[in-house]
Amino acid sequence: MALPLTLDVNGSERHVRIEGRELLVHVLRDALGLTGTHVGCDTSQCGACTVLIDGQAVKSCAMLAVQATGRQITTIEKLSDGGLHPVQQAFRDKHGLQCGFCTPGMILTTIDLLSQCPDPTDEEIRDGIQGNLCRCTGYQNIVDAIHLAADTMRASASPAA
Amino acid sequence: MPNLIGSSPKRREDGRLITGNATYTDDVQLPGMLYAMILRSPVAHARITALDVSAARALPGVVAVYIGADIEGRVNPVPCAWNVPNCDLRLPSHPMLAVDTVRYQGDGVALVVAESRGIARDALALITVQYAELPSVIDPEQATAPDAPQLHADIPSNIAFTWTVAGGDADAAFASAPVAVDLRIVHQRMQPSAIEPRAAVASWNPGSEELTLWVTSQNPHIHRFLCAGMLKLPEHRVRVIAPEVGGAFGSKIAAYADEALASFASMDLCRPVKWTEDRSENYLATTHGRDHVSHVELCGTADGTITGLRARVFAGLGAYASTAAPGIPTILHGLMYSGPYMIPNITGVIRGVYTTATPVDAYRGAGRPEATFMLERLIDLFARKLGMDPVAVRRRNLIPSHAFPYTVATGLVYDSGNYQGALDKALSMFDYEAFRIEQTLARAQGRYIGVGVTTYNEICGLGPSSIAGATGFGGGLYESAIVRVYPTGVVRVYIGAKPHGQGEETTFAQVVAQEFGLPIEHVEIVHGDTEKTPQGWGTYGSRTTAVSGSAVKLAALRVKAKAKTLAAHLLGVSEDDLDWDGGGFATHADATQRKGFAELALMANLAWNMPAGLEPGLEATASFDPPNFVYPFGTHICTVEVDVETGEVKILRYLAVDDCGPLINPMIVEGQVHGGVIQGIGEALQEMAIYNEHGQLLTTTMMDYAVPRAAQMPRIETAHTVTPTNVNPLGVKGIGEAGTIASVPSVVSAVCDALSPFGIQHIHKPLTPARVWAAIQLATAGAA
Repeated sequence: MALPLTLDVNGSERHVRIEGRELLVHVLRDALGLTGTHVGCDTSQCGACTVLIDGQAVKSCAMLAVQATGRQITTIEKLSDGGLHPVQQAFRDKHGLQCGFCTPGMILTTIDLLSQCPDPTDEEIRDGIQGNLCRCTGYQNIVDAIHLAADTMRASASPAA
Repeated sequence: MPNLIGSSPKRREDGRLITGNATYTDDVQLPGMLYAMILRSPVAHARITALDVSAARALPGVVAVYIGADIEGRVNPVPCAWNVPNCDLRLPSHPMLAVDTVRYQGDGVALVVAESRGIARDALALITVQYAELPSVIDPEQATAPDAPQLHADIPSNIAFTWTVAGGDADAAFASAPVAVDLRIVHQRMQPSAIEPRAAVASWNPGSEELTLWVTSQNPHIHRFLCAGMLKLPEHRVRVIAPEVGGAFGSKIAAYADEALASFASMDLCRPVKWTEDRSENYLATTHGRDHVSHVELCGTADGTITGLRARVFAGLGAYASTAAPGIPTILHGLMYSGPYMIPNITGVIRGVYTTATPVDAYRGAGRPEATFMLERLIDLFARKLGMDPVAVRRRNLIPSHAFPYTVATGLVYDSGNYQGALDKALSMFDYEAFRIEQTLARAQGRYIGVGVTTYNEICGLGPSSIAGATGFGGGLYESAIVRVYPTGVVRVYIGAKPHGQGEETTFAQVVAQEFGLPIEHVEIVHGDTEKTPQGWGTYGSRTTAVSGSAVKLAALRVKAKAKTLAAHLLGVSEDDLDWDGGGFATHADATQRKGFAELALMANLAWNMPAGLEPGLEATASFDPPNFVYPFGTHICTVEVDVETGEVKILRYLAVDDCGPLINPMIVEGQVHGGVIQGIGEALQEMAIYNEHGQLLTTTMMDYAVPRAAQMPRIETAHTVTPTNVNPLGVKGIGEAGTIASVPSVVSAVCDALSPFGIQHIHKPLTPARVWAAIQLATAGAA
């Protein structure tokens, strides 16, 4: 049974017809072709499907698409409009990724983390990305990348800069 | 131009990965594509007494449902491709879908193909199966007992093979040795847990009778070879594309039934078919790792000299022998029993055993972590029994740097090494003596801290193809590369190996850009598509840089030699008069008399003025088949504190000193060490596949299987010594697996050292708080 649904994705109104049971991640990937959002588990453990909903990091496998109506959805594809986001740049500069599968979710989680905690400690970073699994990097360079991103973003936010 | 080799340019592959523009297999969408799902056995071992798919077939939107009997004879069984000789290897037929018996939870029973993912899942729920359950057995040693359930009618005691390695006379050594220690080690089953699940998209073209298969693969050429066989297709009609691959760790080497089933359905239905496993399916049906039960002994003299080693190993294979499974506990494990030490007398008897569990195949390190763990734990026990420092015992037995190439008792010839150099560097960075003083003081305060030192080496850079053949590996182990220079002087390099996170698009571009004096941006590395790339055997066994990178280097040298011939012709001089000046060829006499690389690229491709006998174009293909394996090595030191009230282990410090020869890109090498060490810490402290008494896997989600999370893991300090190999033209060894190989014993030894006041010698990994606490309770009760 196909339901018409309107979603606000990356600043555009998108009209799709979906089954009511479809998860947001599958609608983003299959109906809208936004395949930068990944599926790594079925139980909202791995965080590869993380997107921003009204600016907050949300696991899009843990949400029905119909629950996302009226909310602003941001996926990894939107971030580099007008050049790399400082978090993306920092992940590259610090070798914070290897296979890249967890990376979009890790980057979006980082953006939410830094919006709440602009100058995090190692411990706050590690705690903040607990919900995102990476099997390749051992996390060390991700932590370093998040520190670098925080520094860059604070510097550009400060009036003196 | 600065030297690119040894520098750390940012990775070429990152741009697409950080922006969401990479294409992984499940991202591939084709017009008219169908979705396949596999009904998997919910029980470990049973006869199928009834199977009814009629309701599923009748569901609107279902295009086809296949059971084992439907495809039997139309496809070939799933192959095992490492038929190790001289061990009476018994391989049962492995049907793609179970025909009358399921042999592990996760065994495929039916394939559903439907218009949508949702309909396929609904259809699975409409299939009814009656299972007459049979007894199950998960422990590989228990599976050989006389009363154990029998998996395959013609394979008595479930023993797939009995393989022996022997050098010297171990029994005589033990008979005369004044000191001996022994240990039973359980290398728990590991679930590789690549964050990207496996997937396949198969597209059959009925006109050209060609199959295109996108698949999560570490080795697309092996997948082409084996899938063609399973599907009874001529190999040249199969194109395998491994696009972006989201981690593998060995679990994407094997040829599985799943991608062949998707292909079969596409061929049968003449529509593209996608199959993607979910995580629970991944944990049930993607190969596991390790699963050894080992009885091991080491003997020596009172001064700490090791004189002998014996091992009796039960290596679980799961229900069927997966692609590389027989070679892992034998060639990649038993042959490494000497490690970095001089052990003159070695005997190993290794039994491969079928159990009612998920098939086991390569998992980061594949056989070598089990060998290193065994040696390192035994040496600690030996040192403790002698009252010697464990570092002193290691130092006494390490192969000296002047002895290379060195032949060990198992017959391997180690290429190069300076084991003491790495040990000395690690000890000086760590300040071992200071830690021992701190430990004494801590104990006086009731704090339990400990140190684990691992001196390891490993066999990688697989390997000479002649040895692949001699050991029954169903493929070669060389690599090929094409270096193609375009008229404008930019370069594409096509390789048969398949990087999937290890960064060779960057390191290989460094090699080629360095050779041609180009900016790195002018060199692109292409991999993953059998239609574009020359024959290669894949990325595993820490072999890609050593073997594929060497092929790239050789092809680049051939291109350069041709460019030189052309330069001499264009300048009207002899080639002997020319020197490479970093960006072109110039004459000795006058450095301004030169031809730059870009001009040579243009002139070679235009071919307006070629010397007689020189073909147009600037392109070369090279294959590299190494004359030997490479043996990287190093010393890892870990310190821990154990909370004896809760059993919780905290890693205080982790130092890795590795020697993989010259570092092409130190940033990438360190990333490999970080990831490898953390994966090993996961094995040491928290990861384990858990089955219940009915053969049911309990760890089927990422909630239950404890993949390390950021807040659980320490920082890793890294350092290197550099001992080149002469086995390949880059002088490099592998680094992908070293971290995992060295870290598992480092952590476990540190915990056992911390708890030595309790008399605790060994605790089975993973060292969860519950296990550590129980060991302390047992030791305390024993002492009371």
